[in-house]
Amino acid sequence: MAFGIGTVTAGDLAAPEPTGPPAISRRARAIRLPRSGKIRLGLGLLAFFLLLAIAGPFFAPDNPSATFANAPVPLPPSAAHLLGTTQLQQDVLSQLLVSGRSTLLVAILAGAIATALSVLIGVTAGYIGGLADDLLSMLANIFLVMPALPLLIILTGLLGRSLSGNDFVISLIIAVTGWAWGARVLRAQTLSLRNRDYVDSARLIGERSWRIIVSEILPNLIPIVASSFLFTVLYAVGTYTALAFLGLFNPSSWSWGSMLFNAQLANAETSGYWWWFVPPGLAVALLGTSLALLNFGIDEFINPRLRAAGLTRSRRGARRQPAARQQRLMRGRRPFALTPVVRGEGSQP
Amino acid sequence: MVTIARRLGIYLVTAIVAISVDFMIPRIIPGNPVDAVLAKMQGVPITKATIRSLELQFGVGTKASLWAQYLHFWNNLLHGNLGISTSNGFEPVTTVIRSALPWTLGLVGLATVISFVAGTAIGVLVGWRHSRWLDNLLPAATFFQAAPYFFLAFLALDLFSTKLGWFPSGGGHQDLDFPAMNWTYFADVIDHAILPALTIVVASAAGWIVGMRNMMVTTMDEDFVLIAAAKGLPRWRVVWYAARNAVLPSVSGFSLAVGFIVSGALLTEIVFSYPGLGLLLVNGVGDNDYALLQGIFLIITFAVLGANLIADFVYVFLDPRTRQEA
Repeated sequence: MAFGIGTVTAGDLAAPEPTGPPAISRRARAIRLPRSGKIRLGLGLLAFFLLLAIAGPFFAPDNPSATFANAPVPLPPSAAHLLGTTQLQQDVLSQLLVSGRSTLLVAILAGAIATALSVLIGVTAGYIGGLADDLLSMLANIFLVMPALPLLIILTGLLGRSLSGNDFVISLIIAVTGWAWGARVLRAQTLSLRNRDYVDSARLIGERSWRIIVSEILPNLIPIVASSFLFTVLYAVGTYTALAFLGLFNPSSWSWGSMLFNAQLANAETSGYWWWFVPPGLAVALLGTSLALLNFGIDEFINPRLRAAGLTRSRRGARRQPAARQQRLMRGRRPFALTPVVRGEGSQP
Repeated sequence: MVTIARRLGIYLVTAIVAISVDFMIPRIIPGNPVDAVLAKMQGVPITKATIRSLELQFGVGTKASLWAQYLHFWNNLLHGNLGISTSNGFEPVTTVIRSALPWTLGLVGLATVISFVAGTAIGVLVGWRHSRWLDNLLPAATFFQAAPYFFLAFLALDLFSTKLGWFPSGGGHQDLDFPAMNWTYFADVIDHAILPALTIVVASAAGWIVGMRNMMVTTMDEDFVLIAAAKGLPRWRVVWYAARNAVLPSVSGFSLAVGFIVSGALLTEIVFSYPGLGLLLVNGVGDNDYALLQGIFLIITFAVLGANLIADFVYVFLDPRTRQEA
């Protein structure tokens, strides 16, 4: 799971660096990931939000809770308040900048905890097999099927605001409901790795089980672990925002969800105060988009067939083909299904 | 049939676990649910028997063992007795839920079916026409997939209701018309349902599009598609065969998705003040209405399990291999 965070942050800090394109392309050739535009977009957005979470509060022009003008309704964006004000005449931009931190903190923490759980449970189940596997799989299936959000709403709602100031407790609760998907995928992959020759030979040499798991199996699971980490972070962003949107957390702790909660309390969506709810909603949506795009990139990395078309198009080799043939293939007069294969092989259909 | 039987087993265990979790909710919460209920019942005559049954129901101050309380809970449940809702005029929880359930089932059920069918169809198209301009839709689809349902609901309300005035701004029907089997009422209900349904469809369809597109891209490379095309079958039939195989992971992924969709739909209901379970749930949390919350959690879980079971039957129908086993 440390790998998941590591690859993500290392890559995305490198991508928007002003050192110039050569560094990027050398890097791209080295790990072959950021070639796709989707991944670059995802990394760039994620880097932006990480930066926002770290530095946002320092750049906030005003105290997010301070009230300014003495107007009865929210004021639209102006020079004094670039994103306007809320019902209480607080600065929306400041709230937006301050709110990023808790959302990302909870999301990454919950993602890390849940991924640790899913590696532990999924790999154990897949490697040990037998009754333990049956029981753990059953557990994962139950957690997958049971609707999590209603339960979380009830628990956090009834637990009251006593726990809600504590980001760690919130992350833990979200993680407990979010590990099952990753565990199921990891179990399936471990099952298929368990009987590979190199694992068998490690076993024959007399390696201990935990060593086989850590040094033979886990390295081959990294793409899946990274993917399930991103997925869980995405889930945690959504869940945390949803719970905050319902006003279940301490109202004095700022998050994008609590901004939306305040906006809804003041009927911002039916009164046309778009500057109040669009920025936080957009922030959550774009953060989610960046995670989903990265996940998409990992999918393409695992399953090369998904990227076949995108790669050939961007590769110089594809352009060398006669334009007429290229067009004929694109038009689909030939069996449309075969275009990626045909173009890749360069053979006559 | 073995597949169905196995899935049924999982759902049965899940249902039992959910009921047990439901039983534990008032017991693991700090604070005293009985006092909370009694505080609500001011002005209502309270007998010793009422207090005792409340204590037994919530496991506070009762002398009965946990196991006895658990059996009591099951007994009540099997008799359809979910307790009294303190925030809805002390009506039985079953009555309160029964009045909200049709709204949620109608809205979420219909929106889920529309989004699955439309999303899968678009996914087939995007995957089939791989590398066409439709592929550029994917980042946009990802955006809608990642955006919270309630934010999309905000946008829909702001644009289509406040700015354009095409649709009503909330509720399930107009206050003044009464439930009746006439066209006016029916049209009004539809009018109020369009925006929430649209929100759910737009938010959830992206997942089906992306999943179907990926499977379609992979399936179109399979040998059987090549053979079908080589035999000169009409193009739509080739795509049909590929799509029928590619849709299987979408159907089996339904169990993961339906939980998210239902959760998102509950939040959407809140934004639109739609008189369904979501609004009931949040109001219940605000009022510390324990019995109602327990009931809602059970109903939602059972609904999700039911949807999963339907998806399993569809899977068996689509994939002959699952029928030949055994």
